[in-house]
Amino acid sequence: MNFFIEVVLNGLMAGVMYSLVALGFVLIFKASGVFNFAQGVMALFAALTLVGFMDEFGMPVWLAIAGTILVMIALAWLIERLMLRHLVNQDPIILFMATIGLAYVLEGLGDILWGSDVKLLDIGIPHGASDYMLDTFDIYIDKLEIFAAVTAAVMVAVLALFFQKTRTGRALRAVADDHQAALSVGISLRTIWIIVWSVSGVVALVAGIMWGSKSGVQFSLSLIALKALPVLILGGFTSVPGAIIGGLIIGVGEKVAEVYVGPMVGGAIENWFAYMLALAFLLFRPQGLFGERIIERV
Amino acid sequence: MFYRETGQYKTTYSADQALFPIAQDRYVIYAVLFGTFVVVPMVANEYWINAILLPFLIYSLAALGLNILTGYCGQVSLGTGGFMAVGAFSVYKLMVAFPELGFITLVLISGLITAAVGTFFGLPSLRIKGFYLAVATLASQFFLVWLFNKVGWFVNYNATGMITSPPMTIFGVLITGPSAPPAAKYLLCASIVAISALAAKNLARGRLGRNWMAIRDMDIAAELIGVRPLRAKLSAFAVSSFFIGMAGALYFAVWLGSAEPTEAFDINQSFLVLFMIIIGGLGSVLGSFLGAAFLVLLPILLKNILVDGFGTNIALAAHIEIMTIGVLIIAFLIIEPHGLARLWRIAKEKLRLWPFPY
Repeated sequence: MNFFIEVVLNGLMAGVMYSLVALGFVLIFKASGVFNFAQGVMALFAALTLVGFMDEFGMPVWLAIAGTILVMIALAWLIERLMLRHLVNQDPIILFMATIGLAYVLEGLGDILWGSDVKLLDIGIPHGASDYMLDTFDIYIDKLEIFAAVTAAVMVAVLALFFQKTRTGRALRAVADDHQAALSVGISLRTIWIIVWSVSGVVALVAGIMWGSKSGVQFSLSLIALKALPVLILGGFTSVPGAIIGGLIIGVGEKVAEVYVGPMVGGAIENWFAYMLALAFLLFRPQGLFGERIIERV
Repeated sequence: MFYRETGQYKTTYSADQALFPIAQDRYVIYAVLFGTFVVVPMVANEYWINAILLPFLIYSLAALGLNILTGYCGQVSLGTGGFMAVGAFSVYKLMVAFPELGFITLVLISGLITAAVGTFFGLPSLRIKGFYLAVATLASQFFLVWLFNKVGWFVNYNATGMITSPPMTIFGVLITGPSAPPAAKYLLCASIVAISALAAKNLARGRLGRNWMAIRDMDIAAELIGVRPLRAKLSAFAVSSFFIGMAGALYFAVWLGSAEPTEAFDINQSFLVLFMIIIGGLGSVLGSFLGAAFLVLLPILLKNILVDGFGTNIALAAHIEIMTIGVLIIAFLIIEPHGLARLWRIAKEKLRLWPFPY
């Protein structure tokens, strides 16, 4: 029983990490209808930039983070300026392919700027087994994952406040609801897009810090995007709580299946299990758990 | 002026409904076929065939398959790599088990097996749509590659997990393995691709193709006028997977010679083929070929320019290459989102009027 709880807890923690990536997807999809495949590479790029600032320029942590945030905002501005602006009103699939192109560009750019070797990212986040949990309940949990969970919770709270209480947040929700209506009441779509890409750039930075601290900053970091996709379809593309809860379901399901089912079929099932799990949910709710109901008219 | 159909009278219905009703189109097709089957085998050397023509033909076939599903029927699929793996592994198992059936039969059978697998993984398309479906097809990609990695039966319990194609002959000429004459490999692939393209073009203009396009344009409206979504969607998945499976079989058996599931059939293959049909043109047979040609030639060209032209070191060149491809893809989508096939259509319009403006 204790072991089962440990597995579930670890799954929840892993799920939080997936949610961090999925969150960036949801923000952009809600505001601009773009399925941003480059989110994973953005996390990699942000983490690479952060490490680069710290190692090559010797910046202290807070300055490096601030610098990286500025870089991500500049990137958002560039993306809007050079890419999105010219692709208004195209089919969703065209926009999707354009973000894959963007992923290639960022991948190449990150490697050229900062080199492609594996880097260590240490910004002072505690890691290693949590002694308290180990002593009291005999359960192994990494401190880093607890830290990530708390960060994710804080971030969701901040985002929720931002969306609900600020003027910009209201504009964002208006755009998500109806582009044309938002335009007609004087909301600038371009500004909104820059804001939303910046915010998801910051979310990508947080995800990049967490994943980078966990397993080093390297190319495979960008593959977490593939981990976040089942979370997205499970939770629904348009729902922030969906991304969190979807992440938790996927995280737990994956860990439990890995431990209890994996050995029976030869292991390494984590690549596809999440997709199958999400698919099973989709057969009953085609728009994901929290997605907006799809209403179609002829 | 060069492309005028004036004066070409059709006196029968069959002439009116012909695949290429305009004489100029027919001449172009004859010229292309002549070039493909007579001129190229005589002039192309081994490097050209192995590095450019074979991948071009095989990716064209895969792109053709995906174009049927995504371009004609509107179902976005990211499982192409997985389906190609199904084709490759079934042709491998068949070649080992029944070599007496002949290579072409085996390729066709492996296409049929892939069609069955594709139909199965197409079942969710009846319930989910759009990006939800695209992500759901990734499930097949990851699952199939995992399956071929884990189950020893598929690789005949080879410890390395590699499959290597046994020597096969057609009319006494070796067509698999490194010692096979490149021209024979090329002719085999070219014939299969040409016949498939013809079949695809025919399917697309018939009842089935019209059903697919109705589903693509608006599935509810299509259902209301009596198109059965179950049949239309699943048949699109089946036909598409059939072509992709044959492409996978040729990819492994004729071009690569030996393959290993994780490397050769990973998700980048799926994206690559999807890029081909988008850059080439969705819903166009010609587009599949143009897109495949573009994306097969581009990396080779870039590498030649960077490494040989400027003497960049190979690691840096690889990064610049991937960046350039990304930039070009974005630029392409901005300039001509309907793909190369549309440029061709515009060119034809211009040729028809030239040199007069109206």
